[in-house]
Amino acid sequence: MASRREQYTADKFISLFGELVKRDLRKKYRRSVLGYFWSLLNPLLMMTVMMVVFSYMFRFEIENYPLYLICGQTMFNFFNESTNMSLYSIIDNGILLKKIYVPKYVFPISRVLSCFVTMSFSLVAILIVMVFTRVQFHFTVLLFWAPMLYLLVFCCGMGLLVSSLAVRFRDVIHLYSVLTMLWMYATPVFYPIEAVPPQVVQLIRLNPMYVFITLFRELLLYGRMPGIGMWLSGAAMAALVFGLGAWVFSRLQKTFIYYI
Amino acid sequence: MSAIIDVRDVSMCFRKENEKTDTLKEFFVKLVQRRLRYTEFRALNHVNFAIQRGEAVALIGVNGSGKSTMLKLIAGVMDPTEGDVAVNGTIAPLIELGAGFDVDLTARENIFLNGALLGHNRREMQKNFDRIVDFAELWDFLDAPIRSFSSGMIARLGFAIATEVKADILVVDEILSVGDFNFAQKCHRRMEKMLSEGTTLLFVSHNTDQVKELCPRAIWLDHGNVMLDGPSAEVCDTYLEQKAQA
Repeated sequence: MASRREQYTADKFISLFGELVKRDLRKKYRRSVLGYFWSLLNPLLMMTVMMVVFSYMFRFEIENYPLYLICGQTMFNFFNESTNMSLYSIIDNGILLKKIYVPKYVFPISRVLSCFVTMSFSLVAILIVMVFTRVQFHFTVLLFWAPMLYLLVFCCGMGLLVSSLAVRFRDVIHLYSVLTMLWMYATPVFYPIEAVPPQVVQLIRLNPMYVFITLFRELLLYGRMPGIGMWLSGAAMAALVFGLGAWVFSRLQKTFIYYI
Repeated sequence: MSAIIDVRDVSMCFRKENEKTDTLKEFFVKLVQRRLRYTEFRALNHVNFAIQRGEAVALIGVNGSGKSTMLKLIAGVMDPTEGDVAVNGTIAPLIELGAGFDVDLTARENIFLNGALLGHNRREMQKNFDRIVDFAELWDFLDAPIRSFSSGMIARLGFAIATEVKADILVVDEILSVGDFNFAQKCHRRMEKMLSEGTTLLFVSHNTDQVKELCPRAIWLDHGNVMLDGPSAEVCDTYLEQKAQA
Protein backbone atom coordinates (compact mmCIF):
# COMPACT_ATOMS: atom_id res chain seq x y z
CA MET A 1 0.00 0.00 0.00
CA ALA A 2 1.57 3.23 -1.11
CA SER A 3 0.87 6.06 1.23
CA ARG A 4 0.68 9.64 0.08
CA ARG A 5 3.55 10.52 2.34
CA GLU A 6 5.88 8.37 0.28
CA GLN A 7 5.13 10.20 -2.93
CA TYR A 8 7.28 13.10 -1.79
CA THR A 9 10.71 12.30 -3.13
CA ALA A 10 13.79 14.39 -2.42
CA ASP A 11 13.50 15.98 -5.83
CA LYS A 12 9.92 17.14 -5.23
CA PHE A 13 10.90 18.47 -1.82
CA ILE A 14 13.63 20.64 -3.23
CA SER A 15 11.22 22.01 -5.82
CA LEU A 16 8.65 22.76 -3.16
CA PHE A 17 11.13 24.49 -0.86
CA GLY A 18 12.55 26.37 -3.83
CA GLU A 19 9.17 27.70 -4.92
CA LEU A 20 8.13 28.68 -1.40
CA VAL A 21 11.38 30.51 -0.72
CA LYS A 22 11.18 32.27 -4.09
CA ARG A 23 7.63 33.33 -3.29
CA ASP A 24 8.69 34.95 0.00
CA LEU A 25 11.61 36.73 -1.62
CA ARG A 26 9.51 38.02 -4.49
CA LYS A 27 6.83 39.28 -2.16
CA LYS A 28 9.21 40.93 0.23
CA TYR A 29 10.40 43.64 -2.10
CA ARG A 30 7.62 43.64 -4.67
CA ARG A 31 6.74 47.15 -5.77
CA SER A 32 9.66 48.76 -3.99
CA VAL A 33 11.98 50.84 -6.11
CA LEU A 34 15.19 49.69 -4.49
CA GLY A 35 14.17 46.02 -4.22
CA TYR A 36 16.81 43.69 -2.87
CA PHE A 37 19.03 46.67 -2.26
CA TRP A 38 16.98 47.21 0.89
CA SER A 39 18.51 44.10 2.44
CA LEU A 40 21.81 45.89 2.25
CA LEU A 41 20.63 49.37 3.06
CA ASN A 42 18.39 48.52 5.98
CA PRO A 43 21.07 47.11 8.30
CA LEU A 44 23.28 50.11 7.56
CA LEU A 45 20.53 52.58 8.36
CA MET A 46 19.55 50.73 11.52
CA MET A 47 23.14 50.61 12.61
CA THR A 48 23.48 54.35 12.09
CA VAL A 49 20.40 55.09 14.15
CA MET A 50 21.52 52.84 16.99
CA MET A 51 25.00 54.28 16.82
CA VAL A 52 23.71 57.80 17.20
CA VAL A 53 21.41 56.85 20.05
CA PHE A 54 23.90 54.78 21.96
CA SER A 55 26.96 56.96 21.39
CA TYR A 56 25.31 60.09 22.68
CA MET A 57 22.79 58.89 25.21
CA PHE A 58 24.39 55.88 26.80
CA ARG A 59 28.07 55.43 26.51
CA PHE A 60 29.62 52.03 26.32
CA GLU A 61 33.32 51.50 26.03
CA ILE A 62 33.41 49.26 23.00
CA GLU A 63 36.06 49.25 20.31
CA ASN A 64 34.72 49.54 16.79
CA TYR A 65 31.16 50.10 17.96
CA PRO A 66 29.65 50.20 14.42
CA LEU A 67 30.90 46.71 13.63
CA TYR A 68 29.98 45.47 17.11
CA LEU A 69 26.44 46.75 16.53
CA ILE A 70 25.89 45.50 13.01
CA CYS A 71 27.16 42.00 13.82
CA GLY A 72 24.77 41.58 16.73
CA GLN A 73 21.92 43.32 15.03
CA THR A 74 22.12 41.31 11.80
CA MET A 75 21.99 38.06 13.68
CA PHE A 76 19.28 39.12 16.08
CA ASN A 77 17.20 40.54 13.26
CA PHE A 78 17.36 37.25 11.44
CA PHE A 79 16.15 35.45 14.54
CA ASN A 80 13.36 37.95 15.06
CA GLU A 81 12.21 38.05 11.45
CA SER A 82 12.41 34.36 10.69
CA THR A 83 10.60 33.17 13.78
CA ASN A 84 7.95 35.84 13.45
CA MET A 85 7.30 34.81 9.86
CA SER A 86 7.16 31.14 10.87
CA LEU A 87 4.69 31.97 13.58
CA TYR A 88 1.93 32.55 11.04
CA SER A 89 3.07 30.02 8.46
CA ILE A 90 0.67 27.21 9.30
CA ILE A 91 -2.27 29.49 9.95
CA ASP A 92 -1.69 31.36 6.67
CA ASN A 93 -1.71 28.15 4.67
CA GLY A 94 -4.75 26.74 6.43
CA ILE A 95 -7.06 26.54 3.42
CA LEU A 96 -4.42 24.66 1.49
CA LEU A 97 -3.67 22.21 4.28
CA LYS A 98 -7.34 21.36 4.47
CA LYS A 99 -7.42 20.36 0.84
CA ILE A 100 -4.22 18.62 -0.12
CA TYR A 101 -1.55 16.64 1.59
CA VAL A 102 1.63 18.69 1.89
CA PRO A 103 4.30 17.92 4.48
CA LYS A 104 3.40 20.63 6.96
CA TYR A 105 6.84 21.52 8.18
CA VAL A 106 7.80 22.94 4.78
CA PHE A 107 5.88 26.12 5.64
CA PRO A 108 7.79 27.27 8.76
CA ILE A 109 11.12 25.96 7.45
CA SER A 110 10.80 27.65 4.07
CA ARG A 111 10.11 30.98 5.76
CA VAL A 112 13.21 30.63 7.89
CA LEU A 113 15.19 29.78 4.78
CA SER A 114 13.95 32.80 2.87
CA CYS A 115 14.97 35.05 5.76
CA PHE A 116 18.34 33.35 5.71
CA VAL A 117 18.75 34.33 2.08
CA THR A 118 18.01 37.98 2.87
CA MET A 119 20.39 37.84 5.81
CA SER A 120 23.08 36.67 3.43
CA PHE A 121 22.61 39.86 1.43
CA SER A 122 23.11 41.79 4.64
CA LEU A 123 26.56 40.30 4.95
CA VAL A 124 27.61 42.75 2.27
CA ALA A 125 26.63 45.53 4.65
CA ILE A 126 28.86 44.01 7.32
CA LEU A 127 31.70 43.81 4.84
CA ILE A 128 31.24 47.47 3.98
CA VAL A 129 31.42 48.40 7.66
CA MET A 130 34.53 46.26 8.08
CA VAL A 131 36.24 48.05 5.23
CA PHE A 132 35.16 51.50 6.38
CA THR A 133 36.27 51.00 9.96
CA ARG A 134 39.58 49.58 8.73
CA VAL A 135 39.29 46.49 10.81
CA GLN A 136 42.16 44.05 10.45
CA PHE A 137 41.16 41.04 8.44
CA HIS A 138 42.15 37.78 10.08
CA PHE A 139 41.88 34.29 8.72
CA THR A 140 39.10 33.69 11.28
CA VAL A 141 36.77 35.75 9.07
CA LEU A 142 36.62 32.75 6.75
CA LEU A 143 34.66 30.87 9.41
CA PHE A 144 31.84 33.44 9.45
CA TRP A 145 29.38 30.87 8.12
CA ALA A 146 29.66 28.56 11.14
CA PRO A 147 27.77 30.71 13.67
CA MET A 148 25.28 31.52 10.92
CA LEU A 149 24.66 27.83 10.44
CA TYR A 150 24.13 27.40 14.18
CA LEU A 151 21.68 30.25 14.13
CA LEU A 152 19.85 28.77 11.14
CA VAL A 153 19.35 25.42 12.89
CA PHE A 154 18.27 27.23 16.05
CA CYS A 155 15.74 29.37 14.17
CA CYS A 156 14.32 26.35 12.33
CA GLY A 157 13.69 24.76 15.71
CA MET A 158 12.09 27.91 17.10
CA GLY A 159 10.03 28.29 13.93
CA LEU A 160 8.69 24.75 14.20
CA LEU A 161 7.93 25.29 17.87
CA VAL A 162 6.08 28.59 17.66
CA SER A 163 4.22 27.82 14.42
CA SER A 164 2.72 24.64 15.84
CA LEU A 165 1.87 26.17 19.20
CA ALA A 166 0.24 29.16 17.53
CA VAL A 167 -2.21 26.91 15.69
CA ARG A 168 -3.57 25.50 18.92
CA PHE A 169 -3.38 28.66 20.99
CA ARG A 170 -3.49 31.95 19.14
CA ASP A 171 -2.31 33.59 22.37
CA VAL A 172 1.18 32.55 21.39
CA ILE A 173 1.12 35.17 18.64
CA HIS A 174 0.61 37.97 21.13
CA LEU A 175 2.88 36.49 23.71
CA TYR A 176 5.68 36.02 21.24
CA SER A 177 6.14 39.70 20.45
CA VAL A 178 6.69 40.36 24.15
CA LEU A 179 9.03 37.43 24.37
CA THR A 180 11.21 38.60 21.47
CA MET A 181 11.42 42.05 22.99
CA LEU A 182 12.54 40.58 26.29
CA TRP A 183 14.95 38.37 24.40
CA MET A 184 16.46 41.35 22.63
CA TYR A 185 17.21 43.13 25.88
CA ALA A 186 18.63 39.92 27.31
CA THR A 187 21.06 39.70 24.42
CA PRO A 188 24.11 41.98 24.27
CA VAL A 189 23.29 43.46 20.87
CA PHE A 190 24.04 47.09 21.66
CA TYR A 191 25.65 46.81 25.10
CA PRO A 192 28.71 44.87 26.24
CA ILE A 193 28.18 41.93 28.54
CA GLU A 194 30.40 43.69 31.08
CA ALA A 195 27.67 46.30 31.54
CA VAL A 196 25.41 43.69 33.08
CA PRO A 197 25.43 43.03 36.84
CA PRO A 198 27.55 39.95 37.63
CA GLN A 199 24.57 37.95 38.93
CA VAL A 200 22.86 38.22 35.56
CA VAL A 201 25.93 37.44 33.46
CA GLN A 202 25.68 33.73 34.13
CA LEU A 203 22.09 33.82 32.97
CA ILE A 204 22.94 35.64 29.78
CA ARG A 205 25.63 33.11 28.99
CA LEU A 206 22.85 30.53 28.78
CA ASN A 207 21.13 32.61 26.11
CA PRO A 208 21.75 30.90 22.77
CA MET A 209 21.59 34.22 20.93
CA TYR A 210 24.43 35.52 23.09
CA VAL A 211 26.53 32.49 22.19
CA PHE A 212 25.90 32.77 18.44
CA ILE A 213 26.52 36.51 18.35
CA THR A 214 29.66 36.21 20.43
CA LEU A 215 31.05 33.53 18.13
CA PHE A 216 30.33 35.76 15.17
CA ARG A 217 31.97 38.83 16.74
CA GLU A 218 35.03 36.92 17.87
CA LEU A 219 35.62 35.77 14.31
CA LEU A 220 34.87 39.01 12.49
CA LEU A 221 35.58 41.80 14.90
CA TYR A 222 38.33 40.57 17.19
CA GLY A 223 39.94 38.08 14.83
CA ARG A 224 40.17 35.51 17.59
CA MET A 225 39.41 31.83 17.41
CA PRO A 226 36.66 31.11 19.96
CA GLY A 227 37.37 28.31 22.42
CA ILE A 228 36.14 24.80 21.84
CA GLY A 229 33.74 25.15 24.78
CA MET A 230 31.98 28.05 23.10
CA TRP A 231 31.67 26.14 19.84
CA LEU A 232 30.31 23.07 21.55
CA SER A 233 27.81 24.89 23.74
CA GLY A 234 26.52 26.76 20.68
CA ALA A 235 26.09 23.52 18.76
CA ALA A 236 24.39 21.88 21.72
CA MET A 237 21.93 24.76 22.15
CA ALA A 238 21.04 24.80 18.45
CA ALA A 239 20.58 21.03 18.36
CA LEU A 240 18.54 21.03 21.54
CA VAL A 241 16.12 23.72 20.36
CA PHE A 242 15.83 22.10 16.95
CA GLY A 243 15.04 18.77 18.58
CA LEU A 244 12.45 20.33 20.84
CA GLY A 245 10.78 22.18 17.98
CA ALA A 246 10.71 19.11 15.75
CA TRP A 247 9.31 17.00 18.55
CA VAL A 248 6.53 19.42 19.48
CA PHE A 249 5.67 20.00 15.84
CA SER A 250 5.43 16.30 15.06
CA ARG A 251 3.24 15.78 18.10
CA LEU A 252 0.86 18.60 17.23
CA GLN A 253 0.70 18.43 13.43
CA LYS A 254 -2.02 15.79 13.35
CA THR A 255 -4.36 18.14 15.15
CA PHE A 256 -3.69 21.23 12.98
CA ILE A 257 -6.59 20.44 10.71
CA TYR A 258 -9.07 20.94 13.56
CA TYR A 259 -7.83 24.43 14.39
CA ILE A 260 -7.13 26.04 11.03
CA MET B 1 -5.90 -5.98 -9.56
CA SER B 2 -6.31 -3.98 -6.37
CA ALA B 3 -8.61 -1.00 -6.16
CA ILE B 4 -7.12 2.45 -6.66
CA ILE B 5 -9.12 3.81 -3.75
CA ASP B 6 -10.10 1.39 -1.04
CA VAL B 7 -12.22 2.66 1.85
CA ARG B 8 -12.62 -0.01 4.49
CA ASP B 9 -14.96 0.41 7.42
CA VAL B 10 -14.10 4.06 7.84
CA SER B 11 -15.52 6.14 10.65
CA MET B 12 -14.64 9.70 11.44
CA CYS B 13 -15.46 11.31 14.74
CA PHE B 14 -14.92 14.93 15.55
CA ARG B 15 -14.68 16.21 19.04
CA LYS B 16 -16.97 19.11 19.27
CA GLU B 17 -16.04 21.29 22.18
CA ASN B 18 -19.10 22.34 24.09
CA GLU B 19 -17.63 25.72 24.69
CA LYS B 20 -14.87 27.07 22.60
CA THR B 21 -11.47 27.18 24.22
CA ASP B 22 -9.29 29.24 21.99
CA THR B 23 -7.04 30.85 24.50
CA LEU B 24 -4.49 29.39 26.85
CA LYS B 25 -6.09 30.92 29.88
CA GLU B 26 -9.47 29.40 29.20
CA PHE B 27 -7.83 26.09 28.44
CA PHE B 28 -5.98 25.92 31.72
CA VAL B 29 -8.89 27.20 33.74
CA LYS B 30 -11.06 24.49 32.26
CA LEU B 31 -8.37 21.88 32.57
CA VAL B 32 -8.07 22.61 36.26
CA GLN B 33 -11.81 22.66 36.75
CA ARG B 34 -12.08 19.50 34.66
CA ARG B 35 -14.58 21.17 32.46
CA LEU B 36 -12.96 20.21 29.15
CA ARG B 37 -15.89 18.26 27.85
CA TYR B 38 -16.47 17.24 24.33
CA THR B 39 -19.40 15.83 22.48
CA GLU B 40 -18.64 13.36 19.77
CA PHE B 41 -19.85 14.12 16.33
CA ARG B 42 -19.77 11.28 13.88
CA ALA B 43 -19.21 12.58 10.36
CA LEU B 44 -18.73 9.16 8.77
CA ASN B 45 -20.15 5.91 10.03
CA HIS B 46 -18.56 2.63 8.92
CA VAL B 47 -18.24 3.60 5.29
CA ASN B 48 -17.12 0.96 2.81
CA PHE B 49 -16.44 1.29 -0.88
CA ALA B 50 -13.76 0.57 -3.43
CA ILE B 51 -13.04 2.41 -6.65
CA GLN B 52 -11.26 0.63 -9.49
CA ARG B 53 -8.69 2.20 -11.78
CA GLY B 54 -10.35 4.15 -14.57
CA GLU B 55 -13.75 4.43 -12.93
CA ALA B 56 -15.68 7.68 -12.69
CA VAL B 57 -17.54 7.86 -9.43
CA ALA B 58 -19.69 10.62 -7.99
CA LEU B 59 -20.25 11.32 -4.33
CA ILE B 60 -23.65 12.88 -3.78
CA GLY B 61 -25.54 13.98 -0.73
CA VAL B 62 -26.89 17.08 0.98
CA ASN B 63 -24.67 19.51 2.89
CA GLY B 64 -23.27 17.89 6.01
CA SER B 65 -23.62 14.37 4.69
CA GLY B 66 -19.91 13.68 5.01
CA LYS B 67 -18.79 14.21 1.40
CA SER B 68 -16.08 16.72 2.21
CA THR B 69 -14.82 14.67 5.13
CA MET B 70 -14.56 11.68 2.81
CA LEU B 71 -12.55 13.75 0.32
CA LYS B 72 -10.22 14.94 3.05
CA LEU B 73 -9.57 11.38 4.12
CA ILE B 74 -8.85 10.36 0.54
CA ALA B 75 -6.58 13.36 0.02
CA GLY B 76 -4.68 12.38 3.15
CA VAL B 77 -5.12 15.62 5.07
CA MET B 78 -6.85 13.77 7.91
CA ASP B 79 -6.64 10.28 9.29
CA PRO B 80 -9.83 8.32 10.01
CA THR B 81 -10.80 7.59 13.60
CA GLU B 82 -11.45 3.99 12.66
CA GLY B 83 -10.85 1.96 9.55
CA ASP B 84 -8.45 2.43 6.72
CA VAL B 85 -8.27 4.49 3.53
CA ALA B 86 -5.83 3.13 0.94
CA VAL B 87 -4.96 5.17 -2.14
CA ASN B 88 -2.73 3.56 -4.75
CA GLY B 89 -1.88 6.45 -6.99
CA THR B 90 -1.24 10.15 -7.29
CA ILE B 91 -4.05 12.60 -6.68
CA ALA B 92 -4.69 15.84 -8.52
CA PRO B 93 -7.12 17.77 -6.39
CA LEU B 94 -9.00 20.67 -7.84
CA ILE B 95 -8.45 22.92 -4.92
CA GLU B 96 -11.00 25.47 -3.93
CA LEU B 97 -10.85 28.61 -5.93
CA GLY B 98 -7.47 30.17 -5.36
CA ALA B 99 -6.49 28.15 -2.31
CA GLY B 100 -3.17 27.13 -3.75
CA PHE B 101 -2.46 30.50 -5.29
CA ASP B 102 -0.73 33.53 -3.98
CA VAL B 103 -2.55 36.61 -5.17
CA ASP B 104 0.58 38.76 -5.09
CA LEU B 105 2.40 36.56 -7.56
CA THR B 106 1.94 36.54 -11.30
CA ALA B 107 0.18 33.76 -13.20
CA ARG B 108 3.53 32.44 -14.37
CA GLU B 109 4.93 32.28 -10.84
CA ASN B 110 1.73 30.72 -9.55
CA ILE B 111 1.87 27.90 -12.06
CA PHE B 112 5.19 26.77 -10.63
CA LEU B 113 4.17 27.36 -7.02
CA ASN B 114 0.91 25.49 -7.42
CA GLY B 115 2.62 22.68 -9.27
CA ALA B 116 5.18 22.32 -6.48
CA LEU B 117 2.41 22.18 -3.89
CA LEU B 118 0.74 19.43 -5.89
CA GLY B 119 4.02 17.54 -5.84
CA HIS B 120 5.42 18.29 -9.30
CA ASN B 121 8.96 19.48 -9.76
CA ARG B 122 9.97 22.45 -11.85
CA ARG B 123 11.05 20.34 -14.82
CA GLU B 124 7.65 18.69 -15.11
CA MET B 125 5.95 22.06 -14.88
CA GLN B 126 8.22 23.55 -17.52
CA LYS B 127 7.31 20.69 -19.83
CA ASN B 128 3.60 21.30 -19.35
CA PHE B 129 3.76 25.07 -19.10
CA ASP B 130 2.67 25.95 -22.63
CA ARG B 131 -0.29 23.60 -22.57
CA ILE B 132 -1.43 24.90 -19.20
CA VAL B 133 -1.45 28.46 -20.44
CA ASP B 134 -3.13 27.38 -23.68
CA PHE B 135 -5.95 25.71 -21.83
CA ALA B 136 -6.39 28.56 -19.36
CA GLU B 137 -6.24 31.08 -22.24
CA LEU B 138 -4.05 33.38 -20.22
CA TRP B 139 -1.15 34.15 -22.56
CA ASP B 140 -1.91 37.88 -22.40
CA PHE B 141 -1.92 37.98 -18.61
CA LEU B 142 0.98 35.74 -17.74
CA ASP B 143 2.97 38.40 -15.93
CA ALA B 144 0.15 40.16 -14.15
CA PRO B 145 -0.39 39.47 -10.45
CA ILE B 146 -3.45 37.28 -10.12
CA ARG B 147 -5.08 39.60 -7.60
CA SER B 148 -6.25 41.46 -10.68
CA PHE B 149 -7.81 38.32 -12.21
CA SER B 150 -11.50 37.56 -12.35
CA SER B 151 -12.74 34.47 -10.52
CA GLY B 152 -13.27 32.79 -13.87
CA MET B 153 -9.66 33.35 -14.87
CA ILE B 154 -8.42 31.90 -11.59
CA ALA B 155 -10.70 28.89 -11.94
CA ARG B 156 -9.38 28.30 -15.45
CA LEU B 157 -5.81 28.43 -14.27
CA GLY B 158 -6.50 26.09 -11.35
CA PHE B 159 -8.26 23.57 -13.55
CA ALA B 160 -5.54 23.71 -16.17
CA ILE B 161 -2.74 23.07 -13.67
CA ALA B 162 -4.55 20.22 -11.93
CA THR B 163 -5.47 18.43 -15.13
CA GLU B 164 -2.49 19.05 -17.39
CA VAL B 165 0.09 17.25 -15.31
CA LYS B 166 -0.82 13.61 -15.38
CA ALA B 167 -2.21 12.16 -12.15
CA ASP B 168 -3.91 8.84 -11.49
CA ILE B 169 -6.89 10.30 -9.66
CA LEU B 170 -8.66 13.55 -10.32
CA VAL B 171 -10.76 14.90 -7.50
CA VAL B 172 -13.32 17.47 -8.54
CA ASP B 173 -15.19 19.27 -5.81
CA GLU B 174 -17.98 21.52 -7.08
CA ILE B 175 -15.61 23.60 -9.14
CA LEU B 176 -17.48 23.56 -12.40
CA SER B 177 -20.07 25.94 -11.02
CA VAL B 178 -17.66 28.81 -11.63
CA GLY B 179 -16.65 29.94 -15.06
CA ASP B 180 -18.90 30.59 -17.99
CA PHE B 181 -20.67 28.14 -20.26
CA ASN B 182 -17.75 27.80 -22.68
CA PHE B 183 -15.35 27.00 -19.93
CA ALA B 184 -17.68 24.46 -18.34
CA GLN B 185 -17.93 22.73 -21.72
CA LYS B 186 -14.18 22.75 -22.08
CA CYS B 187 -13.67 21.26 -18.62
CA HIS B 188 -16.24 18.65 -19.40
CA ARG B 189 -14.44 17.62 -22.58
CA ARG B 190 -11.14 17.57 -20.75
CA MET B 191 -12.51 15.27 -18.06
CA GLU B 192 -13.99 12.92 -20.62
CA LYS B 193 -10.68 12.78 -22.40
CA MET B 194 -8.87 12.02 -19.16
CA LEU B 195 -11.37 9.28 -18.39
CA SER B 196 -10.81 7.70 -21.78
CA GLU B 197 -7.09 7.72 -21.02
CA GLY B 198 -7.58 5.77 -17.83
CA THR B 199 -7.66 8.49 -15.16
CA THR B 200 -9.90 7.77 -12.21
CA LEU B 201 -12.39 10.51 -11.46
CA LEU B 202 -13.94 11.31 -8.13
CA PHE B 203 -16.64 13.89 -8.55
CA VAL B 204 -18.49 15.63 -5.76
CA SER B 205 -21.61 17.52 -6.66
CA HIS B 206 -25.19 18.45 -5.88
CA ASN B 207 -25.92 18.65 -9.56
CA THR B 208 -27.42 15.28 -10.43
CA ASP B 209 -27.57 16.08 -14.16
CA GLN B 210 -23.82 16.58 -14.30
CA VAL B 211 -23.31 13.45 -12.24
CA LYS B 212 -25.39 11.31 -14.60
CA GLU B 213 -23.55 12.70 -17.58
CA LEU B 214 -20.01 12.16 -16.29
CA CYS B 215 -20.13 9.23 -13.93
CA PRO B 216 -21.61 5.78 -14.50
CA ARG B 217 -21.50 5.13 -10.76
CA ALA B 218 -22.63 7.18 -7.79
CA ILE B 219 -22.39 6.83 -4.04
CA TRP B 220 -25.01 8.59 -1.94
CA LEU B 221 -23.98 9.64 1.53
CA ASP B 222 -26.39 10.77 4.20
CA HIS B 223 -25.41 11.65 7.77
CA GLY B 224 -22.19 9.74 7.28
CA ASN B 225 -23.84 6.54 6.08
CA VAL B 226 -23.69 5.07 2.60
CA MET B 227 -27.34 5.03 1.57
CA LEU B 228 -26.88 3.64 -1.89
CA ASP B 229 -24.01 2.70 -4.16
CA GLY B 230 -24.67 1.76 -7.77
CA PRO B 231 -25.44 3.03 -11.27
CA SER B 232 -25.71 6.80 -11.11
CA ALA B 233 -29.13 7.03 -12.79
CA GLU B 234 -30.74 4.84 -10.13
CA VAL B 235 -28.89 6.41 -7.23
CA CYS B 236 -29.64 9.96 -8.37
CA ASP B 237 -33.33 9.22 -8.87
CA THR B 238 -33.73 7.65 -5.44
CA TYR B 239 -31.78 10.56 -3.94
CA LEU B 240 -34.00 13.13 -5.61
CA GLU B 241 -37.15 11.27 -4.60
CA GLN B 242 -36.13 11.14 -1.00
CA LYS B 243 -35.16 14.81 -1.05
CA ALA B 244 -38.54 15.71 -2.52
CA GLN B 245 -40.29 13.88 0.29
CA ALA B 246 -38.25 15.50 3.02
